[in-house]
Amino acid sequence: MSNIKSAFSGGKAFIAFITCGDPDLATTAACVREAVKNGADLIELGIPFSDPTAEGPVIQGANIRALSGGVKTKDVFDLVRELRKDITVPMVFMTYANVVFSYGAEKFISTCEETGIDGIILPDVPFEEKEDFLPICKAHGVDLISLIAPTSENRIGMIAKEADGFIYLVSSLGVTGARSEITTDLGDIVAHIRSVTDTPVAIGFGISKPEQAAAMAKISDGAIVGSAIVKIVEQYGKDAPSHVGEYVKSMKDAIRNL
Amino acid sequence: MTNPAGRFGIHGGQYIPETLMNAVIELEEAYNHYKNDPQFNKELSDLFNEYANRPSRLYYAEKMTKDLGGAKIYLKREDLNHTGAHKVNNVLGQALLAKKMGKTRLIAETGAGQHGVATATAAALFGMECVVFMGEEDTIRQALNVYRMRLLGATVIPVKTGTRTLKDAVSEAMREWTTRISDTHYCLGSVMGPHPFPTIVRDFQAVISKEIKEQMLAKEGRLPDAVLACVGGGSNAIGSFYHFIEDKDVKLIGCEAAGRGIDTFETAATVNTGKLGIFHGMKSYFCQDEDGQIAPVYSISAGLDYPGVGPEHAHLHDIGRAQYVPVTDEEAVQAFEYLSKMEGIIPAIESAHAVAYARKLAPTMGKDKIIVVTISGRGDKDCAAIARYRGEDIHE
Repeated sequence: MSNIKSAFSGGKAFIAFITCGDPDLATTAACVREAVKNGADLIELGIPFSDPTAEGPVIQGANIRALSGGVKTKDVFDLVRELRKDITVPMVFMTYANVVFSYGAEKFISTCEETGIDGIILPDVPFEEKEDFLPICKAHGVDLISLIAPTSENRIGMIAKEADGFIYLVSSLGVTGARSEITTDLGDIVAHIRSVTDTPVAIGFGISKPEQAAAMAKISDGAIVGSAIVKIVEQYGKDAPSHVGEYVKSMKDAIRNL
Repeated sequence: MTNPAGRFGIHGGQYIPETLMNAVIELEEAYNHYKNDPQFNKELSDLFNEYANRPSRLYYAEKMTKDLGGAKIYLKREDLNHTGAHKVNNVLGQALLAKKMGKTRLIAETGAGQHGVATATAAALFGMECVVFMGEEDTIRQALNVYRMRLLGATVIPVKTGTRTLKDAVSEAMREWTTRISDTHYCLGSVMGPHPFPTIVRDFQAVISKEIKEQMLAKEGRLPDAVLACVGGGSNAIGSFYHFIEDKDVKLIGCEAAGRGIDTFETAATVNTGKLGIFHGMKSYFCQDEDGQIAPVYSISAGLDYPGVGPEHAHLHDIGRAQYVPVTDEEAVQAFEYLSKMEGIIPAIESAHAVAYARKLAPTMGKDKIIVVTISGRGDKDCAAIARYRGEDIHE
């Protein structure tokens, strides 16, 4: 069992996304600690990218704030080193292909291994392009997380069969950000995935309320929340950590006993 | 498992969200079917000839030739196409393809507005809904084209993220496509983005070099010594180069927008200043910092103001088949004014980058040599901006 799977071993997982360096790295570290203290089972750390094409306005804004604060990729690795002094839950990076590619895929992924990053999510790297990164990930024991979307249809089996860590099931069409309702028939997709793999499935995109998290976690192995947390960070700035903690607690409580 | 079909050397590929994968696969399958369908090709050829005014003229620029005193200069007049630029070639092809695929809505990005105008035109002609994403900065630089798109029935959405230029318009169009796929075709305007777009757009633009070759053989009985075109994403350039790629004696020269110079940060000369990266669905050269953050590029030309270049150009550069030269704002503006006065042809400021390099190159070549310069579009849209550059404020 890889470290990522441990996030799913105690029931439904709550996965919290935080953009690194918004508004600064010290606040990011404090937010991660509050999220973990309040029940987050896995942390997704966003490395900011200038042009995040899969993100809605909320996370785009966080990327811009972080980059204008001067955050560099090497600073994010320093943040991980600092967090790993006490944080034991799995942590993955969420960023874009060019951030990894320009750093040097080998150097980036080996540094993930060295600092204690368990996986990488690259939303602009589909199944067909994963050879740029997958062999290096495998060599360093870092899981390259696969995404499955409502439009994946005939691709679900192919992707799920080769998935490592967990499967990120995108709840609906479009970019990241809160949605009032999620209408995709996700139950069928999860069933299809489970027919070919026992890799856990977590659902993300559009989840902001406890009842949405509960509905999603009920039909899968966990819920991923990004924009709603980033919005709290945007609103409270350096004072965000306690508010993030409170929010994570409310979300984790909603899925705890499913 | 990589997809060799979408590669030009090491460049190209399909670096896009999973949500869009079946859409691009569906597009590729439809394209592979229709490109060999005689009925599709007849319809497209009728649209080119009857609607878009093809073939475009290959005009001998005699005064310019004499003035420069070297190689004989021909201008490929894509500015005479309906809607005023080469963009219509690609758009008619993609719109017809989208219609065959049962799509009822076209979305597009635009920089200078020429691709947006062409898409709005095709949407009007085919009775399709049209939404165009345009950087807010460009809606100001190219206000006339915004009005033209609206007049044609399109909705223009000013993009207020990032540098508010072409790159951000592409990102926003991609985001929109992930939101609404089933009835919507993303009519990408250049030889960029994920496979199959670089191939599809090239094939529809290749009519330019097919005609140049026929016209040149008819007029001169031989091939030209050099073909020049401006390069942003690179669609008019690849269209101008394509049928000459195997003719090794024909020099292919892409003219990049150097903005205030390639030794400054205010440039958009990707091949000259960028490095290998992955962005907007493709592996290619991009202007970026050491952390892979895409650079806020600059050019006076909204159509060339893009931090990347199409993957086939990146490959032609790698193998030394094409040469990419930087042309500054000042050189382009001078060429804009030069061609207007010399030949009575007002070129788009994008195309003026190619004219500028022709002014340097022609005098270095013998009078028995021939160069072709593609005038990718007409310059009416640029008059207000060039007047501003020269310190004159005119109201249209």
